[in-house]
Amino acid sequence: MNLVTISGPPSSGKTAVILKAAENLKNRGLKVGAVKFDCLHTDDDLAYEKAGIPVKKGLSGSLCPDHYFVSNIEAVTAWGLEENFDVLVSESAGLCNRCSPYIKEIKAVCVIDNLSGINTPRKIGPMLRMADIVVITKGDIVSQAEREVFAAGVYAVNPGAVIMHVNGLTGQGAYELSTLLFDENLKIDTLKGKKLRFSMPSALCSYCLGETRIGESYQMGNVRKIDIKNN
Amino acid sequence: MTQREILQHSPQSLIEKYPFLSSFFEGQHWMTKFNPNQPLAELFSLIDEEQAEDHAFDMHDFLDQLMDFIAEMQAFIGKESFVVNKLTILPGTNKSGENEGFEKLEFEPRTITSIVGPTGSGKSRLLADIEWVAQGDTPTKRKILINEELPDNAWRFSGNRKLVAQLSQNMNFVMDLSVKDFLELHAKSRMVTDSGALINKIISYANELAGEKFSPDTAITALSGGQSRALMIADTALLSQSPVVLIDEIENAGIDRKKALEILTGEDKIVLMATHDPLLALMADQRIVIKKGGIHSVIKTSAEERALMAELEKADLKQQQIRTALRSGAVLQYKMNV
Ligand SMILES: Nc1nc2c(ncn2[C@@H]2O[C@H](COP(=O)(O)OP(=O)(O)OP(=O)(O)O)[C@@H](O)[C@H]2O)c(=O)[nH]1
Ligand SMILES: [Mg+2]
Ligand SMILES: [Zn+2]
Ligand SMILES: [Zn+2]
Repeated sequence: MNLVTISGPPSSGKTAVILKAAENLKNRGLKVGAVKFDCLHTDDDLAYEKAGIPVKKGLSGSLCPDHYFVSNIEAVTAWGLEENFDVLVSESAGLCNRCSPYIKEIKAVCVIDNLSGINTPRKIGPMLRMADIVVITKGDIVSQAEREVFAAGVYAVNPGAVIMHVNGLTGQGAYELSTLLFDENLKIDTLKGKKLRFSMPSALCSYCLGETRIGESYQMGNVRKIDIKNN
Repeated sequence: MTQREILQHSPQSLIEKYPFLSSFFEGQHWMTKFNPNQPLAELFSLIDEEQAEDHAFDMHDFLDQLMDFIAEMQAFIGKESFVVNKLTILPGTNKSGENEGFEKLEFEPRTITSIVGPTGSGKSRLLADIEWVAQGDTPTKRKILINEELPDNAWRFSGNRKLVAQLSQNMNFVMDLSVKDFLELHAKSRMVTDSGALINKIISYANELAGEKFSPDTAITALSGGQSRALMIADTALLSQSPVVLIDEIENAGIDRKKALEILTGEDKIVLMATHDPLLALMADQRIVIKKGGIHSVIKTSAEERALMAELEKADLKQQQIRTALRSGAVLQYKMNV
């Protein structure tokens, strides 16, 4: 089985792109499964089901969704192997701009959209910087110039990546993307021993653990203070 | 430059050597805390573990990406091999597996090719094949050659080197910028220095195309439909990196379509134009007829067709004049002077 991790800001078009690419993979006779990681709520599982793609979903609740991802991806991979998928796609909403759910030697795709603003590529950190493939969506709505400016911004942050334009509505570009998602030589039968591409900060404070009261005496663990004077 | 040499340079001296690096360094948050005149090797020794963790910084990744960026940019800036003098399509098959109806289809800069055929007949696939520089590895099995050779992989994979620029009706400007600032931003992303004259030229071309003039200080989102379209065309002609321009229908209202095509071909573009409009179809040097997902035939525009086009142009002009007259409140006469 090939595992592909797909990540990107909320509503950037991840599900739309995955569905279009999966259609092309299925046309080649490949069996595709999906898992969606999110924070509080998602309806993506329904969209995958409707397209006939077996799906699991995991909600991280109060945890950083990427930390939650690492603790659960192995179990999900085992499920995928059991189901005999050729490709298991994991979709994670990139809510933590510091972490990224990418694993060494596992294909990593970042989906980002043209409408998100030209400074976005610089803001989203390792999720974009460490991806192998960057998919840019919603090019159908903006001008050619804006597409070029946006792609140049992505390129400056991750010059080594394959950068592709895919239209999540019409599927233009999805066939091409699908050819990069399955590779005979990238089959895995376990995630054991694999490493994250980038360490995730442990930063646990009392609020991570459910503290709600405000005030110095309630703050414990890894606490950092804003510097008002020299700000 | 080798990795060792790079380590002896400061960010500032690297920018002096390679001005394009400024956009790369802007994305490196960890750098803002340091003196940009210190050599990278020293900066690396100053950054502590906590800072590195905060900024998701890893020295080896950083150096790899920096080297990649310099190498790619150098290849991109002055390299003749990315000038496209000829684009060739070798035939594949249509949806029913039948061979396409041509032997070799060639496009050169400054020429216009129109694409005709029912909606959903395979125009998008054709465009996608060109964009992806297909090598027999797409559903149509077509092959694309550039300058009569197998194309460089960079056309397919690099974010900075796309073969096709696209102009279509439903595209809008979404950035909150004035025309001038917007064009400056585009020029900067293309590493064009001294863009002033170029920007003025784009604005004056756009104003010629649109009829109703706008100033460089107008917000791009405040432009009328015709003005937006005109600016997009002029910008694509003069500032887009892509040698091929695909136009998906140019509407008749609010823009001088013939001049638009002249501007694009004047800037050495290979123009492809999907259209249902007979006048536009005949303005092309050749037209591709698409049926059942494949290219059914390729027709050179004949002298007879050109004569017919002249008639259509007259009718078109007449219609435009009537439109303008009506809009200004005139009462029309049966015999209008054209
Ligand atoms: N115009 C246009 N709309 C798109 C495109 N891609 C996706 N969309 C729309 O954008 C919206 C969000 O798309 P999704 O695929 O749900 O985005 P997502 O990244 O999966 O969102 P979350 O999983 O909720 O974070 C939907 O309404 C899509 O139809 C595109 O290329 N063009
Ligand atoms: Mg989704
Ligand atoms: Zn996190
Ligand atoms: Zn916390």
